[in-house]
Amino acid sequence: MNIIVCVKRIPKTAEADIFIEKDGKEIKKDNLVFTLNDWDAYAVREAALLKDKHNGTVTVLTIGPEESKEALTRCLAMGADKALRIEGPEIADANLISKILYQAIKNEPFDLILTGVQAEDDGWGQVGVTLAQRLGIVHAAIVNRIEINGEKALVKRELEGGIEEVVELKLPAVLTIQTGINEPKYVSLSAIMEAEDKEMKETTLEEMGFIEREPLDVTTDQVFFPPSGKMAEMLKGSPEDVVVQLTEIIKKKKG
Amino acid sequence: MGDIFVLVEHRQGKIRDITYEMLGVGEKIAAEQGASLTAVLLGHGVKADAEELASRAPRVLVVEDEKLQHFNSLPYQKVLSTLYAKYQPFLTLIGHTAFGMDLAPGLSAELGLPLVTDCIGLSSEGKQLKATRSIYGGKVQANVSLRESPGSLATIRPGTFPAKVPFEKGGIIIEPSPLSEAMDAKKFVEYFEAPLTGEDITQAEIIVSVGQGIGGPENIPLAEEVAKNLGGVLACSRPVVDRNWLPKERQVGISGKSVKPKVYIAIGISGAFQHVTAMQGSDTIIAINKDPRAPIFAVAHYGIVDDFHNILPVLKEKTKGGMK
Repeated sequence: MNIIVCVKRIPKTAEADIFIEKDGKEIKKDNLVFTLNDWDAYAVREAALLKDKHNGTVTVLTIGPEESKEALTRCLAMGADKALRIEGPEIADANLISKILYQAIKNEPFDLILTGVQAEDDGWGQVGVTLAQRLGIVHAAIVNRIEINGEKALVKRELEGGIEEVVELKLPAVLTIQTGINEPKYVSLSAIMEAEDKEMKETTLEEMGFIEREPLDVTTDQVFFPPSGKMAEMLKGSPEDVVVQLTEIIKKKKG
Repeated sequence: MGDIFVLVEHRQGKIRDITYEMLGVGEKIAAEQGASLTAVLLGHGVKADAEELASRAPRVLVVEDEKLQHFNSLPYQKVLSTLYAKYQPFLTLIGHTAFGMDLAPGLSAELGLPLVTDCIGLSSEGKQLKATRSIYGGKVQANVSLRESPGSLATIRPGTFPAKVPFEKGGIIIEPSPLSEAMDAKKFVEYFEAPLTGEDITQAEIIVSVGQGIGGPENIPLAEEVAKNLGGVLACSRPVVDRNWLPKERQVGISGKSVKPKVYIAIGISGAFQHVTAMQGSDTIIAINKDPRAPIFAVAHYGIVDDFHNILPVLKEKTKGGMK
C-alpha cells in the first residue's frame, strides 16, 4: 500500500505574543517557533501504522520554504520513507495549494493520500477534499478511524455531538485526518539521525512545469486582533487572595 | 441580481441549527444585493422539512431521492452542480460542519468557483464578496476578498450568526433528481455513538474543565480532586482526549458534549470556537490561563491570569471537605 501524506510547517501561536506586520496583511513570524501542523503529525503517524500492517511506502510532501525540511525530517523519523519539498509561491490560497499538489501527485502511484483536516494557522480545511476532486477520486473528511479491506477502506468520520458515521470508500482515496486518531509516538533522537539518511528531494514550481495564470480565489486584505468586546473581570492578587475571591464567586453562583 | 442558495443541513430526520443561521446570513446579503433567497433541501421523504423551511425562506428547492437520505458528498455534489447549472446562484452557503467540510471544497473545484471557508462574517460590496475569518486558533482575524466570479461558495461557522426568525410563507419547488447511475465508490454505512460509561457531564451543576494547558496526565488527579471538593465533575477540551488523558465522554465541544452548568471553570483552555460554542451558555464562566490573550477570556465572566500550578493546589486545600 503506497501512501502519500501532505503536510505543512506552521508557526505555533497558542501561547505566543502576536504582532501584526506593518502592511497589516500578516502576523509577524520572526519571533515564533515553527513546527509540523498537529493534524498532519497524526496523519503521518497513521500512515506509518498502516504501513506496518499493509506494507508499502509512505511519501511525505510539503509546499514551503527551505526551513520546511525540518518538518519533513520529523516525518521521516516518524516512519515515512521519503520526502519531497516543493518551493512554494510567495502567496497562496487553499485552492492554489491543491493545484500544486495535484501537479506533483497526478503521475505518482498511490492507494491512499492523507492530509490533516486543516492547518493550525489559516484553517481552511479545504486542501484535501479539493485535491481529491482534482484527482477524480473519492474522499472522506474528518476521519478518526481507518480500516483497510483489500480495495476498500472503511472509515469513521467525526460528526457533531459525539456522533460518528461509518463510510465505505473504494481506493484510491483521500482522507483528511482528525487529531486523536492514534497515539502519537515519541520521536527519538536516533530516529531523527536515521531520518537524515532517508531520501529528501526538493523541487520548484518551474521544474514541475507548473504555471498559474489565474488570480487567487481568496486574498487577505487585512488581519487584526479580535474586537475585545466584553472581557472577563480579572481576579487579582496573590494565589491565596485570588482563591478566596474565586470560592466566594462559586458559592454565590452555584446557589 | 440572482439567487442565494442556502444548503439545508439535516441529520437523522432533523434540520440542523446551522441551516437557520445561514438563512439569516443569506437574508442580509440578499437585501444588500436585491437578490432572492432559496433554501435547497436534498433528502428522502422530506415533505415536512420542506414545509418547515418554507416558513423561513421565500423559496425552497427540493430534490428527493433515496440516495440523498443520508449525507454523502458524491450524490450531493452531483445534485448541487445540476442545480447550479440551472439556477446560476451568485452565492451558495454551506455549513462549516462535518457535512459541509466534506462537500464544499469538491463542489468548488468541480464548478471552478471560489470558496471561502469557515466564515464568521460575510458581506458584499458591489460584485465583490468579502468575508471575515478567524485564524491562528482564534488569536487573529482576517478580512478576505473573493475573486470576482459569477458564482461563489462560502462555508459558515456554526453558532456564529443569529438564526433567521420564521415569518414568511415561501413557495416549494420540486426539482427532479438527476441521479440515475449507481454511485458506489463512497457509501454511507451507519451512524455510531459510543455508550456512556461514566458520569454524564451534561447533568452537572459545576464543571471543572481542563485543556492542553494542564500539561500532562499527572495533573489530572489534582483537577479531579478540586472538582470533587466543589461538588462538580471533571470535563475537558479536545486536546486532552486526543492525548488519552481523559475519555471522549468527558469532552466539551462541537464534536463532544454541549453543557450549560451553573459554574464552568476552564483551566488551561485557550478557547477555540469548537470548545466555546459548547459551553458559552453556562451561567458563570471562570477561566484560569497563563496567556492573557487567550480567547477564553472573551467568553469568561471572571478570569485569572496565572499558571494553574499556583492556583489549583491552594483551591484544593481551601475547598477540602466541600464548600463551606
